Amino acid sequence: MVDVQLTHREIKPEELVAKVSIEKLDLWFDDTQVLKDVSCAIPEKAVTAIMGPSGCGKSTLLRAMNRMHDLTPGCRIRGKIRLDEMNIFESGTDVYELRRRVGMVFQRPNPFPKSVFENVAYGLKIHGRHSRAVLDQAVEKALRDANLWDEVKDKLHRSALDLSGGQQQRLCIARALAVEPEVLLLDEPASALDPISTAKLEELIEKLQDDYTVIIVTHNLQQAARVSQYTAFLMLGELVEFGVTDEVFTAPSDQRTENYLRGIFG
Amino acid sequence: MKARGLREIFWFSLSGLCVVIVVGMLGLVIGFIIAKGAGAINWEFLSEMPRNAMTEGGIWPAILGTLLLSLGAIAFALPLGLVAAIYLVEYSRDGKLRRWIRIGVNSLSGVPSVVFGLFGLALFVNFLGFGACILAGSLTLGLMVLPTIIRATEEALKSIPMSFREASLALGATRWHTTVRVVLPAAVSQILTGVILAVGRAAGETAPIMFTAAVFFTKRLPSGLFSKVMALPYHIYALLTEGTHPAEQTAMAYGTALVLLMLVLLVNGAAIFFRIRARKRKKW
Repeated sequence: MVDVQLTHREIKPEELVAKVSIEKLDLWFDDTQVLKDVSCAIPEKAVTAIMGPSGCGKSTLLRAMNRMHDLTPGCRIRGKIRLDEMNIFESGTDVYELRRRVGMVFQRPNPFPKSVFENVAYGLKIHGRHSRAVLDQAVEKALRDANLWDEVKDKLHRSALDLSGGQQQRLCIARALAVEPEVLLLDEPASALDPISTAKLEELIEKLQDDYTVIIVTHNLQQAARVSQYTAFLMLGELVEFGVTDEVFTAPSDQRTENYLRGIFG
Repeated sequence: MKARGLREIFWFSLSGLCVVIVVGMLGLVIGFIIAKGAGAINWEFLSEMPRNAMTEGGIWPAILGTLLLSLGAIAFALPLGLVAAIYLVEYSRDGKLRRWIRIGVNSLSGVPSVVFGLFGLALFVNFLGFGACILAGSLTLGLMVLPTIIRATEEALKSIPMSFREASLALGATRWHTTVRVVLPAAVSQILTGVILAVGRAAGETAPIMFTAAVFFTKRLPSGLFSKVMALPYHIYALLTEGTHPAEQTAMAYGTALVLLMLVLLVNGAAIFFRIRARKRKKW
């Protein structure tokens, strides 16, 4: 396994293992280059935040990690992303299995117009046949892991669209957790939520890092500071800085990071 | 100021008058058919075979024939149209091919129904040797409603937000899985609305079945796909043009028209029901 190389020199975190390694990644939409030579190694079982001004390519980088760009016409990728040792862009890669292992939660809560139960069971059903008992158990576990069980246990068979926005977003996390992923990609998951729902979500994210490698895109600096242990700072498609969150925030090594942080903090 | 006020009143009245004329015409058509046809309607008329050179008895074979032809048309056109629309919306990328397919589909919907009738005669009746029968008529009607079904399904599929598809794909589902388990269930009410309207149209058509399925009179009810059938629209045509007893037959024709009208209204009512249900369920 690759050791995590932090661009930050002062800190030497002991023996981190990289779960996702990005190597010299270039990405174009038609003729526009959106990501430029991005390299970093994202540590296992921790929360890593990707932050940066809007349009800097943070969501694009995230969506490259489970190959969601396969669906975008005109998207070209050069470079590698390794999940453990496997290059996900290699031709033999089973993209369906990759997406099972690398779950994703989107900006706006997008539960299916089905019941709460069916939403969580969906991923299991598409990846094979399961008995009712197994499904029941897996759905309950996923909902518990997403801190949602107590709120929905009496309305499992009601439409998921009747839940509040915050509950819907945690349901989307439960849905992703049900297929037992290793990595969880969160694309500005709190941007459509109110402060209380956001607090609950952040609490959940902190808990998830015990079992999952969590990568969260956010344009909210405070949120990045609150939930993440590691921070990547992207600007105009370039990775400017990658390091321990506290260090990036208090003593950025790059002038651009400092300017960005200062611009926001006053 | 005064002129402006008058102008306002003038245009308001004129537009109101147009609405009255339109609604009035519709009411007149329905009222006329009811007034002329209601006298002929009774249980015997709906449930029995025609007798005495179609001056007595009922139109049951024609009702049954129209139902069978419409169902047959849907049985043929729905699966084909549905899968074609799925290909166009879910699988094909924007490009020349898709544009040409779409132009083709749209042109197909502009072809006059009698041309479909002739085509059906040439292909199904003569070339494939089915003869004039339910199968040939259903296939011809099905071809005619195919563009409508494709368009309705396309619109329904396009109205389903991308975010549902992304959510499903991100869980490791294939496109086919995503379409079948997420997109179609969400779109089904809207698709049904389009399909039902297409059935309504098929039920009332005369030209496509004239050469391919319908006969003036049969002694027996259809026994299979290769039977000739009577059909409501064609029965009206037959009663009015081929009769030997114009007075009695004209009354029968209005009765038949009323039955056909009610059938089509009923079908459209079902479409409206599904549309309302779809709208009520839609929360995204």
